[in-house]
Amino acid sequence: MTATAGLRLVDIQKRFGATRALRGVSFDIAPGEIHALIGENGAGKSTLMKVLSGAHPADAGTMELGGRPYLPADPHDARKKGVAMIYQELNLALHLSVQENILLGAESASLGWIDRGQSRERARSALAQLGHESIALDRCAGAFSIAEQQVIEIARALLIKPQVLIMDEPTSSLTRADTEKLFATILRLRAQGVSIIYISHFLEECRQLCDRYTVLKDGETVGTGQMDAATLDHIVTLMTGREVTDLYPRSTHARGAVVLDVKAVASEPRLKRASFQVHGGEIFGVAGLIGAGRTDLLRAIFSLDALAAGEVCIVGEGEAEETATPRRRWRQGLGFLSENRKEEGLMLNQSIADNLTLTKQDSFGRCGWINGRRQRQVAQRWVGALRVKCRDAGQRIGELSGGNQQKIAIARLLEHPARIFLLDEPTRGIDVGSKAQIYQLIGELAAAGKTVIVVSSYLPELLGLCDTIGVMCRGELAAIRPRADWTEAEIMRVAMGSV
Amino acid sequence: MKSTLKHLLAKGGPFIGLILVIALFSLPTETREFFLTYHNFKIIFTQTVIVAIGAIAMTMIIVSGGIDLSAGSSIAFTSVVGALLIQREFGTIPTVILVLTAGAIIGLVNGTMIAALRMPPFIVTLGTMSMIRGAGKWRADNQTVNYEGSPINQWMTTADPAGYALPPGVWVAIGLATVTAVVLKNTVFGRHVFALGSNEATARLCGLPTVRLKIMIYALAGGFFGLAGLFQLSRLRQGDPTVAVGLELDIIAAVIIGGASLSGGVGTILGSMIGALIMAVLRNGSQQMGWPTYFQEIIIGLVIIVAVFLDRLRQGKQT
Repeated sequence: MTATAGLRLVDIQKRFGATRALRGVSFDIAPGEIHALIGENGAGKSTLMKVLSGAHPADAGTMELGGRPYLPADPHDARKKGVAMIYQELNLALHLSVQENILLGAESASLGWIDRGQSRERARSALAQLGHESIALDRCAGAFSIAEQQVIEIARALLIKPQVLIMDEPTSSLTRADTEKLFATILRLRAQGVSIIYISHFLEECRQLCDRYTVLKDGETVGTGQMDAATLDHIVTLMTGREVTDLYPRSTHARGAVVLDVKAVASEPRLKRASFQVHGGEIFGVAGLIGAGRTDLLRAIFSLDALAAGEVCIVGEGEAEETATPRRRWRQGLGFLSENRKEEGLMLNQSIADNLTLTKQDSFGRCGWINGRRQRQVAQRWVGALRVKCRDAGQRIGELSGGNQQKIAIARLLEHPARIFLLDEPTRGIDVGSKAQIYQLIGELAAAGKTVIVVSSYLPELLGLCDTIGVMCRGELAAIRPRADWTEAEIMRVAMGSV
Repeated sequence: MKSTLKHLLAKGGPFIGLILVIALFSLPTETREFFLTYHNFKIIFTQTVIVAIGAIAMTMIIVSGGIDLSAGSSIAFTSVVGALLIQREFGTIPTVILVLTAGAIIGLVNGTMIAALRMPPFIVTLGTMSMIRGAGKWRADNQTVNYEGSPINQWMTTADPAGYALPPGVWVAIGLATVTAVVLKNTVFGRHVFALGSNEATARLCGLPTVRLKIMIYALAGGFFGLAGLFQLSRLRQGDPTVAVGLELDIIAAVIIGGASLSGGVGTILGSMIGALIMAVLRNGSQQMGWPTYFQEIIIGLVIIVAVFLDRLRQGKQT
């Protein structure tokens, strides 16, 4: 590895408000190298990629490309300087032809008129470079499979002759066979001297494909080395090795009777099969990688997504129905907390009181009238009980901090009141104080005989909180065991499909 | 200081606007004695009735996150229906009931297509706007529908034979605005309308019957447009299928000037009523000043843009 070639990052730092997303990342890659970038959700991979591709400037640290300082002003500038990015979500104009997509933003033209012959030639040679000459240039991009669309997107990136190509979870929506084809394409690019940064949760794939690896944890580089020399265990330990603090108060709770029986449920497009039972007074954790179908499982149980197969039995509520609705689920005593507070969980421009009582507004008066005073009193009680920082229950919820918003979102379930709590990432993006409070609340719920199902990407949280943990992998609930039988490394191993 | 100004804009923006326009026409000596009179304001209020009733309905729709472009066509169509019924010697009460029903049915169709078939309201009502206009011309045989007198003709006259101080139409609009404002603020239905427009995903998650709710909103609004159609009939004293072209845009403008957000979840009936009045005052005042109509049009367009700009300032304060 010489100092004049490839890409080199030294001590990159990036801060968003009070959050230090990157605390010091150092990393280098040589021409013709495939380098795996590994880390848990939230370890800082996405932020690092945004810094590299010019979407965010770094606060501190230096970047060099080909021996010269590399300071991209924006993603377009980064492309011109030779760093191209393939995002997990593909960015194609599905109504335009393959050729138009490949040349988008880099059309061969003089005075605004497109040079058709030259355009065709450039698009064709980009596809040929990838070994995919068979893709018809004139067809709509939307007519191709996801795997082929990805090739089209890579071809677009190649048009600018990149020195570095960054790929973010490129195989997450590919089948096994398509994954193999993609690997062949990537190896071709390596042979042509392109440096490839390969981000993936699938460690097996990284082992198969990559030359070296770098592990990020909490915004820092915690390890780097040759792929051949590393064991999976070593990498998993690097990713997860941290201490479980006593944020998680162990409450004593006795397991009661079965209250929810989920039988082989599936839903489009991700959830393939999941079966489990939960009991009164039980905290059940669901682990898995992003896209493994954890959220889909909760949504299917709550009838926000239609079931494609299987059934959800709520004990004491009669037979499972073909078509339940969220409305019916609330009546049956279920409550759902969305992982997406802003988009789905809350009405940001409405008051705390309205947000908190939305599921039961008809209970605040007679004949459809709402007794606003009683509604506000109820909300005010929760504001006090959960120590929510706000002016009063009439304040717009959008003006509150994330932690306080989340407390109100949870209070909606408490006030309803639910007896089975489906909590999707209940502590995402909130401060440590609120987190501890929410953990304590979950413990109290279980102690009171309620059932809590928690989806979380943060493993210490699941291990600290839950009685039972189920791990999902590629749409299936792969393993369910008591907490004592799990370790972080073991959960990661099952989640990445390497049982 | 700056925040006080913004606070003032946020709370009383449309109201301040109304006072400003009234002041604009009250100050010049040549119009003062005609403009700021009881009689002139009786005319302004009467001219506002149709847009105001439409704006009550449109406020509901816009707050729920929708839009209804078929309002103008519905008003023309229902006025034709009313004229045809009177022609066939239906009594006043059956005529009113049937016209309101006709409006509600149009709303029901709009609402069903939007909610059950999940089509965008803009597209659906753009289509029905044209269909309803066509249906009105067809039923009216492509001409105005005339009839020999009806008590309905007295609803919009400023002659005030019964001594109500203002024509019945104005009182109906004021009553309806009050009732709807109370319903939107204090009933489960009203809060659900806001919830739907503020965040439909949350409404669904919290178990609100979103489909039924949307259909109800459009059907109710359709009934209101039917009522506006009756006042249109009363004003012209004939059913005219070509009337109220583009009126939906005046109605939407009134709601927007009144502080509602086209993205839903925000809006008040009082604001929309003031918005409707601002436009009526501008029209009336410009006529008194002897300004040409093109000048009025330019002014009204400007007011809409300024109102939305102020709305953005207000939004900026919130985020």
